[in-house]
Amino acid sequence: MKQLFIAFVVLTVTLLAYSTYQALLVAPTEQTMGEVQRIFYYHVPSAWTAGVCFFVNFLASILYLWKRNAKSDALAAASAEVGVMFCTIVLITGPIWARPVWGIWWTWDARLTTTLVLWLIYVSYLVLRRFSTGGQTQVLAAALAIFGFVDVPIVYMTIRWFRTQHPAPVMGGGENSGLAPEMLHAFLWNLLAFTCVGIVLMVLRYRLQMLEERVEAAHAAAALEGGTQ
Amino acid sequence: MTTFSVTRATLHKDLRMEWRSKDAINSMLFFALLVVVIFSFAFNPTAEQSRQIAGGLVWVAFLFAAVVALNQTWARELRNQVLDAYRVSPAPPNALFLAKAIGNFLFVIVLEALMAPLFVVFYNLRSVGPLWQLIVVALLGTWALVVNGTFFAALSIRTRSREIMLPLVLFPISIPALLGMVDATTSILTGDASPDFWIKMLAVYDVVFTAVCLLLFESVLNAE
Repeated sequence: MKQLFIAFVVLTVTLLAYSTYQALLVAPTEQTMGEVQRIFYYHVPSAWTAGVCFFVNFLASILYLWKRNAKSDALAAASAEVGVMFCTIVLITGPIWARPVWGIWWTWDARLTTTLVLWLIYVSYLVLRRFSTGGQTQVLAAALAIFGFVDVPIVYMTIRWFRTQHPAPVMGGGENSGLAPEMLHAFLWNLLAFTCVGIVLMVLRYRLQMLEERVEAAHAAAALEGGTQ
Repeated sequence: MTTFSVTRATLHKDLRMEWRSKDAINSMLFFALLVVVIFSFAFNPTAEQSRQIAGGLVWVAFLFAAVVALNQTWARELRNQVLDAYRVSPAPPNALFLAKAIGNFLFVIVLEALMAPLFVVFYNLRSVGPLWQLIVVALLGTWALVVNGTFFAALSIRTRSREIMLPLVLFPISIPALLGMVDATTSILTGDASPDFWIKMLAVYDVVFTAVCLLLFESVLNAE
């Protein structure tokens, strides 16, 4: 199992190197936007990976409420943290791209606002995990995770209506969706590489979480033994 | 013990306690009043401007005030281990939740009824659209805040620094509901747009989150 994971990490690093090469050197420079368009190869895969992480978080939380096993809770914690990290990358790379292209850092359009609300919800999830004590953390966090995930489509629907004049999606929709073949190539490699990075980070964080729980249990046991002497 | 009888008994107890102490309603009223006054200084609006921004001001004031009451919801049940007693009793957990949610709903509705005239006076408000729509928005919107708020209050009572935890988890989840309330209120007050979409959306939000709350409350109540 461990060797398999190490092989996967090596594969991920190789993929990441190749996809970075594709994105920065092979893919052609966009005609109107110029070099800054290359951020797209990192922005969209990060958004995708964040989405995957939050979905894993949702499934793991349901599984926890159903089975009550430490593993699914550790997976929920790991996926939420990794998801928030990728979501942060999305929220940082977006404005960097928007400033030269749109002329503004930020606009309250449907996608941007939904991503920001998503980020807020999962940060509150992490805060809740940090502030709750003892064995209650898992149940409370799982409940909040389900609330958060149910909220996302409602947020998107509301904000779409709220911002009916929002600019048409720049990528991946409508007449602009046809990427140049080399761009699509670089994009898909980055998508794969980022998904693998997400999985590697989730597995590592999951292991750390399980270790932390074992350490805590050992401390508790030691304290109990000390108390009886 | 049926759900209905337990709900009624708990609600009756809560309302009587509130009637005698008036803790929640007084603190909410004073808090909302402060928010109204401070906003008035901060924005200093004319009559036309205040019609534009009143929807936001009203609901932000009510949201903040509601948090004050919501934080007290479960605190009194912790004394003398009432919640633990409730957990070992055969009473259905959702009955307790419903009673608390309905109680909070009534408190916040009373607060809104008392504060509405003050808003009209301080901000020179006059609605262009029909008034009954504002009442529908207030009922749906208040339930949206209160049902999640009651749930998250039960959740945050089990954490460290509980008072601060409730807004931290409640506000992000409530963003769509708040947006709906504010936009519906503004479109009724200015008469510029139809609030129909927002009213429907608030109704959907209420149904979805009431269902989620009822589904998960038992797990949260019994969390160890």
